[in-house]
Amino acid sequence: MKKAIATVALSAVLGMTATAAFAQSTTLQAVMDKGFVQCGVTGGVRGFSAPDENNNWTGLEVDYCRAIAAAIFDDADAVRYTPLTSTERFAALSSGEIDVLSRTTTWTMTRDTSLGINFAGVMYYDGQGFMVRRADGIGSALDLGGASVCIESGTTTELNAADYFSTNNIEVNTVVFEEQDEVLQAYEDGRCDVYTTDSSALAAERLNLEDPSAHVILPEIISKEPLGPSVRQGDDGWFNIARWVYFLLLNAEELGVTQANVDDMLASENPNIKRLLGVEGTFGEMLGLSNDWGYRIISKLGNYGEMYARHVGPETEIGLERGVNALWTQGGIQYAPPVR
Amino acid sequence: MTDTTNHNDFSFVRTEMAQDQPAPVNTHGPIAWLRANLFNSVGNTILTLISLYVIWIAASGIWSFTVTHAIWEGTEGADCRVEGAGACWPYIQNRLLFFIYGFYPAELYWRPNLAMGIGALLLFLLATPRIPGKLIVGCLFLFVYPFVTFLLIHGGYFTGLEEVPTELWGGLMLTLIVAVTGIVASFPIGVVLALGRRSRMPLVRSVCVVFIELWRGVPLITVLFMASVMLPLFLPEGTNFDKLMRALVGVTLFTAAYTAEVVRGGLQAIPKGQSEAAAALGLNYVQANAFIILPQALKLVIPGIVNNSISLFKDTTLVSIVGLVDLLGAVKAGTTTSTWSAPTIPVTGYLFAAAVFWVFTFAMSRYSQYMERRLDTGHRN
Repeated sequence: MKKAIATVALSAVLGMTATAAFAQSTTLQAVMDKGFVQCGVTGGVRGFSAPDENNNWTGLEVDYCRAIAAAIFDDADAVRYTPLTSTERFAALSSGEIDVLSRTTTWTMTRDTSLGINFAGVMYYDGQGFMVRRADGIGSALDLGGASVCIESGTTTELNAADYFSTNNIEVNTVVFEEQDEVLQAYEDGRCDVYTTDSSALAAERLNLEDPSAHVILPEIISKEPLGPSVRQGDDGWFNIARWVYFLLLNAEELGVTQANVDDMLASENPNIKRLLGVEGTFGEMLGLSNDWGYRIISKLGNYGEMYARHVGPETEIGLERGVNALWTQGGIQYAPPVR
Repeated sequence: MTDTTNHNDFSFVRTEMAQDQPAPVNTHGPIAWLRANLFNSVGNTILTLISLYVIWIAASGIWSFTVTHAIWEGTEGADCRVEGAGACWPYIQNRLLFFIYGFYPAELYWRPNLAMGIGALLLFLLATPRIPGKLIVGCLFLFVYPFVTFLLIHGGYFTGLEEVPTELWGGLMLTLIVAVTGIVASFPIGVVLALGRRSRMPLVRSVCVVFIELWRGVPLITVLFMASVMLPLFLPEGTNFDKLMRALVGVTLFTAAYTAEVVRGGLQAIPKGQSEAAAALGLNYVQANAFIILPQALKLVIPGIVNNSISLFKDTTLVSIVGLVDLLGAVKAGTTTSTWSAPTIPVTGYLFAAAVFWVFTFAMSRYSQYMERRLDTGHRN
């Protein structure tokens, strides 16, 4: 009998330590100890991560890092930023120099499987697009027959465009340049009718043209460039946090919880909202966070739709329509599993 | 005696000196200079006219872009979005503090300012020949000042100042930190390496040769990349060297290898008799080098050392490829600020950066020429 009790006790202890080990993330512990999240960003990409007038980092991907900090510390400013170049970003993440990489990084199979990193979600579904002069009256990429296209050489952009035009039997003249700046200049000078690169970059580059409103970005997107934040492989607890902060932003938008109404929503009868904001259930604890983690994020930064509108949406200078980045309920593909 | 008339009546004998006449117009003054130097043959005349035309085109273009068509007032990028507009100066004005301090918190600007002020004062004391006490000031500058600067700008530890991590350091401040550290710290290492390479001890010599050739054989960009991308992968996970520190070490060792070769050139120019004479006086190796050889050798290689320093100062821009926001990086990042977007803004930013770099390198070059003249104590035939 004594032996049986001992076994039960032992297994209970073992079980508890097992759960504890599962819930506790070493990265989370380290982040809590140092008091801030170290976030890898770009050296300046308009709308995604760029310094603002007051020298604070701002942008859609910056807000994601701030959301993590808000969830952990209840303080969206508990973030330190490391500007990274595209070559050193993965090394910085895997060496532990940064905790989250949120730097316009395309989620590809190679990166996900061989670099020791995990992608937590897709903050922006980007893809290659086309920009033309409004005066030309072109409404679709399929009407581009006979046009000349400015492209940066040696990039996937060039290959994507070649694939797209040949599969659609469209004859175009491609004009190839070495540098992005040259491409833009050539397009501005009228050496070609079309400028093609990733659509978010098109929108940002358009601002450097003489008259941005004289140019339109065509609706066709010819490649998949899902840009998302990533974390180190091997720390599932931290990966869960990264993933569910992103899901929470989407769920909040879907449920109509915004920065403005979040306090009223605390009294909502909707069980989904109750779970989202931590009024009911222990979902925060499952992540190793406080149960009001959802309330903390939304009250400080708003939901995904608000972040999008603030940094890259139609109201901003960049002016990107939601398109595929709309929620699944509104014709887009942003979809998050439920909080329950 | 009619023929003995008074001589004084004849006016062909001068009683006073003639007034100096100005030389003919075509042998002196600007016109003569032009004729002698610019228009003294048909070929030269043609070349002069072509050159003048080229200068005129370049100068008028620059003048029109930076002055006549430039936008001088405005509060956001849209003000510079004007047909045919030139440089967008409000952008520089608005982002100037960012270009100087990077992401450093604005309320703490006094700390880097103070550090730079102390540095400028010490440098002034060192660089002005008449002021005595060079040894003390030099030691302060080399051994105390770096720590004071670091503690001031970084804060934390025992100072009671708010900690500002190195990720927030940036702009011109960072450029100066990297350049000054590189130049100052690499110099003693370079001298030791140069002496080591001439040593008669095989082990010392080969270590120095290998070090110099290794660091000289790789481009600085590779060194920085190794330091910032590869090094963290070799170290166990979680051990983190500061990113700026890694870049500083890389830059210093790289420059030291070059300085070593420059100094070795100076050492080789000193006749063997000098060291023999020193030995005959009973001076040992250290004394002979410190009092006889090095003072002469270093004086000879001032142009080379300054050349190295200038090239290092410009090379500091390479740290932006490892994600440190130096002056150039700050200018680049500044162009992505969403309120500042206009076609001429990137060009304006780069012009500004070029001007700042030119001012610093030109000052260094002038100072080195001054030092050369001052130390020119002999050996001129």
